[in-house]
Amino acid sequence: MTKEYKTINEIAGPLIFVEKTEPVGYNELVQITLPDGSIKRGQVLDTSEDIVVVQVFEGAGGLSRESSVMFTGETIKLPVSIDILGRILSGSGEPLDGGPRIVPEDRLEITGAAINPYARLPPKEFIQTGISTIDGMNTLVRGQKLPIFSGSGLPHNEIALQIARQARVRGSEEPFAVVFAAMGITNEEAQYFMRDFERTGALERAVVFLNLANDPAVERLITPRLALTAAEYLAYEHDMHVLVILTDITNYCEALRQMGAAREEVPGRRGYPGYMYTDLASLYERAGVVKGRKGSVTQFSILSMPGDDITHPIPDLSGYITEGQIVISRELHRKGIYPPINVLPSLSRLMNSGIGATRTREDHKAVSDQCYAAYAEGKDLRGLVAIVGKDALSDRDKKFLEFADMFEDRFVRQGMDENRDIETTLDIGWELLASLPEAQLTRIDNKYIQKYHPAHKAKKE
Amino acid sequence: MKTNGKIYRISGPVVIISGLNTRMYDVVKVGNEGLMGEVIGIEGDKSTVQVYEETSGIRPGEPVENTGMPLSVELGPGLLESIYDGIQHPLPVLKTTMGDFIKRGVFADGLSRQKQWEFVPTAKKGDKVKGGDILGTVQETQNIEHRIMVPPDVSGTIEEIKKGKFKVDEIVCTLSGGKKLTMMQKWPVRKPRPVARKLTPNKPLITGQRILDGLFPVAKGGTSAIPGPFGSVKTVTQQQLAKWSDTEIVVYIGCGERGNEMADVLNEFPELEDPKTGRPLMERTVLIANTSNMPVAAREASVYTGITIAEYYRDMGYDVSLMADSTSRWAEAMREISSRLEEMPGEEGYPAYLAARLSEFYERSGRVQSLCGKEGSITVIGAVSPPGGDFSEPITQNTLRIVKVFWALDAKLAQRRHFPAINWLNSYSLYTKALGDWYKENVSPEWLKLRDDAMELLQKESELQEIVQLVGSDALPEDQQLTLEIARMIREYFLQQNAYHEVDTFCPMDKQYKLLKAITTWGTRAQSALESGVQIEDIMKSKTKDDLAKIKYEKDFEAALGVVLKNMDEEFKKLGGR
Repeated sequence: MTKEYKTINEIAGPLIFVEKTEPVGYNELVQITLPDGSIKRGQVLDTSEDIVVVQVFEGAGGLSRESSVMFTGETIKLPVSIDILGRILSGSGEPLDGGPRIVPEDRLEITGAAINPYARLPPKEFIQTGISTIDGMNTLVRGQKLPIFSGSGLPHNEIALQIARQARVRGSEEPFAVVFAAMGITNEEAQYFMRDFERTGALERAVVFLNLANDPAVERLITPRLALTAAEYLAYEHDMHVLVILTDITNYCEALRQMGAAREEVPGRRGYPGYMYTDLASLYERAGVVKGRKGSVTQFSILSMPGDDITHPIPDLSGYITEGQIVISRELHRKGIYPPINVLPSLSRLMNSGIGATRTREDHKAVSDQCYAAYAEGKDLRGLVAIVGKDALSDRDKKFLEFADMFEDRFVRQGMDENRDIETTLDIGWELLASLPEAQLTRIDNKYIQKYHPAHKAKKE
Repeated sequence: MKTNGKIYRISGPVVIISGLNTRMYDVVKVGNEGLMGEVIGIEGDKSTVQVYEETSGIRPGEPVENTGMPLSVELGPGLLESIYDGIQHPLPVLKTTMGDFIKRGVFADGLSRQKQWEFVPTAKKGDKVKGGDILGTVQETQNIEHRIMVPPDVSGTIEEIKKGKFKVDEIVCTLSGGKKLTMMQKWPVRKPRPVARKLTPNKPLITGQRILDGLFPVAKGGTSAIPGPFGSVKTVTQQQLAKWSDTEIVVYIGCGERGNEMADVLNEFPELEDPKTGRPLMERTVLIANTSNMPVAAREASVYTGITIAEYYRDMGYDVSLMADSTSRWAEAMREISSRLEEMPGEEGYPAYLAARLSEFYERSGRVQSLCGKEGSITVIGAVSPPGGDFSEPITQNTLRIVKVFWALDAKLAQRRHFPAINWLNSYSLYTKALGDWYKENVSPEWLKLRDDAMELLQKESELQEIVQLVGSDALPEDQQLTLEIARMIREYFLQQNAYHEVDTFCPMDKQYKLLKAITTWGTRAQSALESGVQIEDIMKSKTKDDLAKIKYEKDFEAALGVVLKNMDEEFKKLGGR
């Protein structure tokens, strides 16, 4: 299939319509040669005997009806070898770091096949991130996909980096790697990530894919797929535990919408395509642990909620696919608290399988539930205080009000380089809970109160 | 009859073929790899096909073959304990044949052709049989007897019936006229299986979940919807239902759900013990798993595959519960395919036939008298995931028009760790009265009153809470403070239930009754104490009040309850109440 066609009939945005071709495969990779000799790549979106629709990755600039189109006869593949570790690649997989091209050990389909649910191992290995609000209240486990729901102007990048630096499975020295895919982030942000990777020496264990804000939007649609293909390769062929950071999912979805509009599709909610759920699932679902294989893929995506609106289609559909979310709060950020993670709307669906006596500590769930309940109540009371004043509160309520303040100040707040182990996190929890009357600790089994409550602990010692 | 079909156009899962005579919903084999697809539109010489597998790399001009059959499932012994994808491919078999990742073009039988089953005939030579009649039985799993039935559209006189070990595709019975029957029958998934007549549901489905059985019961053969915004732990509630419902057969459809959660279900179910028999729960379960990244067309079909299997067991005379998690993902699959077909969209891009499809599906539930005269039922519990938690969206609204029970999951409750996070003010059940007689006979004549009183208290509480928000609880009169306290006890001691606690995870009806009764007894005693002049502060210090919080966790509930009731009596006597 090396025939070239000069039969472009129509160019609409990043789409070209080619006529009178031999049969062309769906999703096939396409090479387009412009009259000036430069080359662009694209992918078949719709194929029939009469017309083939090609989506051009590098944007339509310079394309004309004189350009020639060549169908390569194969779908998009990523050349992989263990040497991709430590490399910086473009959003379409070309080296950006001046290094040599990757000598492929294998060439893998970037769409990736779905893992047979029967072959999956339910994730249950606790990953300690060193951040109390995550470890203590929204525990991350290996093979999970847990996005950060953030907003513009919030320190999600710092949090993602802190997690990338600190995340470890306790007592395990198994090989790990980070795959970082930037989709439409600014050059400045990219620099910030790269500096931190270099500072901490993380780069040599990382693969970086960069699609920056000024790179073609269409390319964004393949960047995360390249990254996940690299991650799966490292995880399943080289037994590594891979943490994938995708940023920013919102830019990805914008690109998806842009493409949908160019194809004149019937738009769904807020103009996003009706298949956005399935499309996002094809990214997020590429996290997991497979029975009998040593490696794992854990996903930590960053998603900035337009207008801080958690009901916006992007966070909403993501929330239905991912196993929970870490929500960053503008209110806490304004109070100067880092990391400003609001534990109330945050959730880790796999938490219960990753905690407990054998994995973290037996009292983990109880402490976490009790802190949630007490903090929720304390926050509600703040609203009441605003109306009736603090004096009108009962003594019990005052304690809860104080608890909420202390919780934010001591449990949530921590340094950017402060790596708390889970015991420290739980002990802080207990110290705070000790300020409440013991009878109010209804979520905690009495035997844990006897064992861990500072008042009883002190008595014993 | 034109048979030299070929592909004309490919756009994702939608493929247009030409040159082939097709009927609507015929299954066709597409391309060189023979991908499975279904005809969903015919225009002139061209047919539109939705393909159940990934279509990358497929080209126009590749051949297409018509199987002449609509999308069907294989029904017979071996369904139980199976784990299928949306079109009845057994996932464990797929794993053996093609590894950890799902590839395309691989075919696997829904029922194993190797396994032999002991067939015991119950009909005999010379018997006149018609569709639905039972020919014999197979002990499918230790506690489930599989009844081999005559396919609904067949009848005749038995000329020969065998006994012994057979594979599902071997002939066990021959009818007059030479019609040969095996233990397996095929049935098109989109066509409801016929019944003799539909009956009115009159027994509750016992789930062991206090808020469901106690406040918002669903009848056997009824329909219920669990809508929940994300983060409200819908899936946990559904799994609890699958584990504990008192039906003989459970069909669980994971439609467009998360892979890891599905893995959890697939791993957990085989380890679960059936509380009634002590045998593995899987022995009476069929699991269908089509995760969100598996082909969208198979997701659309998975719900039909599930309900057809449920109907088959219902026809044998069993009570079946079917959980569909989630019907929103199913509707989205419809929307996605509809938009690929460039159909005129209805509300929010969903196809205009959304409401019709939903009601057709829920109508396949019900308590029935099957063709063989036995009584069976299918209770459908459909999860709905309204985008943005907005209940006014089309799927939730169309579902609510059909179902009789609504369990309103509430993200706010989940945030507070109030589980199950079902909002008691927004939920409803239209079965409560219809089930009244059953409660009178089987629980207690006073149960309905107890329930209504509890509901009233909770309603009262929400009104009082609005005042408290403004003025604080101390500003309320003492009797209202007490009302708030009793309502809190109902919420925390009765409605909250820990799915992960070995005892609390299941609560029988009798225990539910006694627990609620004990809480209201405390309430009544406290009220009369207050009326006879006891200080509210002293009542609030009641130790038995706190003890009531813990008894639901006790292994020996009766004994613990006895102690608490006795102490309560003494405590109130001391306080000077009557």
